[in-house]
This record gives sequence, structure tokens and C-alpha cells, in this order.
Amino acid sequence: MIRAGFRFNRYMSTGAWIAVVAIVAALAFGLFRLFTDGRFRGTKELPVSGEPAETSAASAWGAVADALGDQVLGERATLVQFSSAFCAPCRATRRILGEVAELVPGVVHLEVDAEHHLDLVRRLDILRTPTTLVIDAAGNEVARASGAPRKEQVLSVIPAVGLES
Amino acid sequence: MSETSRQTSTQTGIDPRGPQFAAALTVVVLVLALLLPQPWALVVTAIQTVLFAIGAGLGVQRTPHAWLFKKLVRPRLGAPSELEDPAPPRFAQGVGLAFLVVALVAHLLDATLVAQIALGLALVAAVLNAVFRFCLGCEIYLLIRRLGPTPSA
Repeated sequence: MIRAGFRFNRYMSTGAWIAVVAIVAALAFGLFRLFTDGRFRGTKELPVSGEPAETSAASAWGAVADALGDQVLGERATLVQFSSAFCAPCRATRRILGEVAELVPGVVHLEVDAEHHLDLVRRLDILRTPTTLVIDAAGNEVARASGAPRKEQVLSVIPAVGLES
Repeated sequence: MSETSRQTSTQTGIDPRGPQFAAALTVVVLVLALLLPQPWALVVTAIQTVLFAIGAGLGVQRTPHAWLFKKLVRPRLGAPSELEDPAPPRFAQGVGLAFLVVALVAHLLDATLVAQIALGLALVAAVLNAVFRFCLGCEIYLLIRRLGPTPSA
């Protein structure tokens, strides 16, 4: 084994190995991210009690309202986008969510500066910016995506409330 | 002060392919730093440290990479589909600088393996940026802020 190691090292220095490992790791991680970014996932079980979510701090909207004060909950859905100053894809996300809010009646886009609302960020378990939460008319989180979503991805996850677009 | 919705419409964005081009050059320099024997590894590490310091200190529009991009690359490309805020890539240069300072000090202390690991981590970030336009330093930012103290709301 040691011998094999020596043989390896004759062809490639430690530095070369580190370079190869770094490049392979970066490509693997990047491909994974390319695949998962912008995909909406259903949200984990929420501790919802029977009461209307708007007043219950347990709901996602309750947490958002606690942190931000008076905000308008969309009749159909609210797209809550968490952004930060050092976030290149936040810009594209802002544009896309804004377009969806204009396009679909009853959908509201709300952007939250993650840095200024770290309590909320922890409470809702936001790890990256941009992260987009889709909140239904009752104030419950139905899905979330991290990374910039495409427009179709957003449209497909908006809860249907009678009106179809 | 309502910092709730940042409608910062930074009209003066930069071409996102600029930082991407810079990251590609950074990949080349970092690979050289990992492959070359001493004293060249130290020299190349020092050069990249200075380059990151320029990017973090003066901004990504004022680096030698940006100048090359403007002179040689940009004229051959079409207009960018979207402009980008220069703050995120600048912050990433700062993160790169932190790694390179570790590598530089380690090289000076003859701790070659430590230097190479630091260079390797910077290389991961540079490859992600060059290939996927993905800013690793920016992602780490929120994670670090989450760990820190909360300004009482």
C-alpha cells in the first residue's frame, strides 16, 4: 500500500492531487446545484393548530408578520423572497417573482432582507439567499425553493384557487 | 427605517461575464500555484494574493482582469442579457483573499501542505464561479451572519 502511494506520488505531487480533487469537487457540487436550484419542495410538517394561521405565530406567515409588521397577504399566494446584499441570483429572482405577481391575480411578492431579519431567518430555517417561500391564502408555507427559480417553476407551485391562469 | 423590501435598482451593474472571466484566470493561477515547485509556488501565491486584494479593495471593475476583459473579451461578445451588482463578486474576492493570506503565510513558514489545502479551497470557489457563475463566498455570508448575534428587533 505504501509502495503504491509512493508510485502515485512519483507521477503526481501532493499539490497536483489537491488541484484535481478541488476541481472534481467543484464540478460535482456545481452540477448538483444546477440540478436543485430553483426547485420547489413541499414544506416539512408545520405545527399548525386549528386556528386561523394569520394570527398563529406557528405559521410561516405568522412569523413573517411578527418580524415585518403589517404586510398584505396575497389572496391566492404570497411569494416571500429572502435576499442579501451579496447575492447575485437575488436580482434575477426579484425580477421573476415580480413578473409572476403581476401576471397572476392574487399573488403578492414580498422581498425580505435576510441580514436585517436574522431571527426570522433562523425561525424559518433559511440557509441561503435567494430562498423563496410560497405561502398560501391561509398563511401556511406550501413550498420553498433556494436558488433562482424559473418562471414556470414558480407558476407550477402557486396554489390553485378557483381562477385558473 | 423599513429595510423590508430592498428596491435597490442598481442601474450601474456590471457584465456578469467579467467576474466569470476573472474567475477562469484565477483558476489558472491557483492551479499553477499548486503545481509549481518552490520558490515559484510562493511567488504565484503572492501574485494571486495581491490580485484578490485589488478586487476586494478597489472593486472588481478595477482589477487587471477587468481591464483584460474590457480590452480583449467583451468586444467579442454580444451585449449581456442582464447586468449584475458588483457587490457580490467583490465580497467573494475578499473571501478569496482570506484563503490566499493563509496560503501565503503557510508558504512563508514552510508549511506546504497547509498552503496547498488553502489554495485548494480557493480553487473550489474559483471553479464554481468560472464554470457555473456560482458565488460560494456569497452563500457562506448568510450562514456566518446566522451564527452571529442578532441585532434585537
